[in-house]
Amino acid sequence: MPIEMLMPALSPTMTEGKLAKWLKSEGDEISAGDVVAEIETDKATMEVEAVDEGLLGRILVPEGAENVAVNTPIAILLGEGEDASSLDVSGGNSGGGQPEIPATSDPVPCAPAPAAAPAVAEVEAEAEWSGPTMTLTVREALRDAMAEEMRRDGRVFLMGEEVAQYQGAYKVSQGLLEEFGDKRVIDTPITEHGFAGLAAGAAMYGLRPIVEFMTFNFAMQAIDQIINSSGKTLYMSGGQIQNPIVFRGPNGAAARVAAQHSQEYSSWYGQVPGLKVVSPWSAADAKGLLKSAIRDPNPVIFLENEILYGQSFEVPDTDDWLVPIGKAKVVRPGSDVTIVAHSICVGKSLEAAKVLAEEGIDAEVIDLRTIRPMDTQTIVQSLQKTTRLVSVEEGWPFAGIGAELAAVMMEQAFDWLDAPVARVCAADVPLPYAANLEALALPQPDDVAAAAKQVCYRS
Amino acid sequence: MATRRATTKASKTPSRRSGSKKASASKVSKAELLELYREMLLIRRFEEKAGQMYGMGLIGGFCHLYIGQEAVVVGMQACIDAGDTVVTSYRDHGHMLACGMDPKGVMAELTGRRTGYSKGKGGSMHMFSREKNFFGGHGIVGAQVPIGTGISFAHKYLDEKAVCLTYMGEGAVNQGQVYESFNMSALWQLPTIYIIENNRYGMGTSVERAAAKATELYNRGQAYGIPGAQVDGMDVLAVKEAGAKVVADAKAGKGPYILEMQTYRYRGHSMSDPAKYRTRDEVQKMRSEQDPIERLRQSLLEDGHIDEAGLKDIDKDVKAIVSEAAEFAQNSPEPDPSELWTDVYLDAQAAQ
Repeated sequence: MPIEMLMPALSPTMTEGKLAKWLKSEGDEISAGDVVAEIETDKATMEVEAVDEGLLGRILVPEGAENVAVNTPIAILLGEGEDASSLDVSGGNSGGGQPEIPATSDPVPCAPAPAAAPAVAEVEAEAEWSGPTMTLTVREALRDAMAEEMRRDGRVFLMGEEVAQYQGAYKVSQGLLEEFGDKRVIDTPITEHGFAGLAAGAAMYGLRPIVEFMTFNFAMQAIDQIINSSGKTLYMSGGQIQNPIVFRGPNGAAARVAAQHSQEYSSWYGQVPGLKVVSPWSAADAKGLLKSAIRDPNPVIFLENEILYGQSFEVPDTDDWLVPIGKAKVVRPGSDVTIVAHSICVGKSLEAAKVLAEEGIDAEVIDLRTIRPMDTQTIVQSLQKTTRLVSVEEGWPFAGIGAELAAVMMEQAFDWLDAPVARVCAADVPLPYAANLEALALPQPDDVAAAAKQVCYRS
Repeated sequence: MATRRATTKASKTPSRRSGSKKASASKVSKAELLELYREMLLIRRFEEKAGQMYGMGLIGGFCHLYIGQEAVVVGMQACIDAGDTVVTSYRDHGHMLACGMDPKGVMAELTGRRTGYSKGKGGSMHMFSREKNFFGGHGIVGAQVPIGTGISFAHKYLDEKAVCLTYMGEGAVNQGQVYESFNMSALWQLPTIYIIENNRYGMGTSVERAAAKATELYNRGQAYGIPGAQVDGMDVLAVKEAGAKVVADAKAGKGPYILEMQTYRYRGHSMSDPAKYRTRDEVQKMRSEQDPIERLRQSLLEDGHIDEAGLKDIDKDVKAIVSEAAEFAQNSPEPDPSELWTDVYLDAQAAQ
């Protein structure tokens, strides 16, 4: 059967072009791959290669023809034993004509797409712990979480700079090398992009890496692997390739380490579908959430805080303490105003609540614990009680967690709001070194209290 | 047709040299030779069809064809076993077919249909098959190199006697993460075979304009003690011979290896590349003198392994497979709209 050669599209946006030149004539033998013509678009001149073999039976669009639509038949190829006379029967014409797209080329139409994302599955909070507890620093709680999970699952390993022999730059991995050996507690070279990608590959194959970044500032070197490789591969593979991996390390400001070592990344990572983002405050949550993160089949960004490492909290005395990802926690019930914070800002908010109580304002403080998926339900429920919301974070204001919370409250609880949502953020500057400027740049309890009074219309 | 001598040039790295000798067809069985031919032809015809379908608007976005480079992936694939793994960049259709992935599923992914390997959500550059140990299909130049190193890490961690073939173009060898990977792979003696497919152009920039010491990319691991060899990547038997040795070495725990395959792509970088950075004569010369399929075809005929009629039969079979794939890819429905929201996360509860 004669084969129609069609005007090809040579870029995703091309709809028509000029047939500049024929390089073959009627009667020529054509092999697949032969350049048969040149076409011009507004961008470039390109060669058209034959994809079938045969005899060039008839040229349908003469050279020099302008505005030839993509998919217009431009020539007819004859197969073995066919000759040009057979073309007359089928009535080949020499005009440009309308594009003739083969009937089979249209995708089978589907129903219109659902407009909105499906509702996020509700996460059940951890049960209240009534058993014995022990006092642990956040540092120890994180270490215990890793040790317990490494005992539980041989596929779990820890890699990062100084995690093994040095026992962790911030001593979070103290004792792990001794217990698990250098096969599972691995000192890496200073090569964040490389080892983040290596761990992502290991996770794709089925291991369960914990990657420690000495701080998340250094993970900017690796962010392509974190987002493009870990975050997107499940989707891009149609669900085939999993990425059970935890990227963890201190996030945000420490003390006097200035701009390049002090960035807060919650909103950066929280923006990416495919990643889960966790940022605990207490030691019990740090332990329970890290264990959940290690067991989670998805990539989890686990944002710690250097200043919190040394703070002590009561932690359930069990090796099976799990806190679910995706559930916020009311850490101080109150009735007048809701203060939402995560990580170190939870402590600052509790301090502010004390000050506010002295002034007769009863603040409810919510520890977000998980940034993504965000537990908006707990916040909305609180807002329905207090009707006022303050968001507190160490990140910058632009498109930050507070901006997200403000938008969600407008969407989900507009009628309950008695005041605009107030944001307490880091100052919109690179973090300065000088002690006084640093203190000015970071949210302080006084700033939180002031914002709470503002939304309560109190001065 | 001039048959270029298949040569293998090894770097002067301690302990291992890949000898400089002519690849010979005599050691390879007739059945194997015919299979190599058939696989290369399948990739060629598949890619030609993909180019055609792109021209018809059935395939969208970026589409990077592998035409001209077939001997590299077919030769290497002949060196590995079912437990070995493969990862590459976005010029990946040939790798998928060589891994034994179904041409129908690959083509249907190109057309963005639900029957594609990624359910239509990945496209040409992002395709995977866990079943066939093909780990992508990655769209960022060089990003697959740490990933392949990590898969090798996993092979070693799990005490598997397996290698990860980690492909990259010569354009990728100037990315920093490639050297971060070389360092770790050498440091930890991982079973990674780094295959540099040097097709001479990173998009429109010739290798000479992009790489220092452009004639010695196989030496790029020298500082880390990774041995390397330059191979005629237009000769499937030379590829197979070089590959077999380094795969065996890596499985024996000797660490990573770099193979620089000197190859050539006939088509543009992607479909929308007018290819003004090289002459038509240069392309034509490679096609007529170095074509990997034509070279094997000639040697099959000369050695009396097959006659013209036999070759025609293979051609017919391959064409039928490709036509079937094209039909399938055009007739499969687009993804169900509900698929927009699936595969973003795995259910943590269900996974435990």
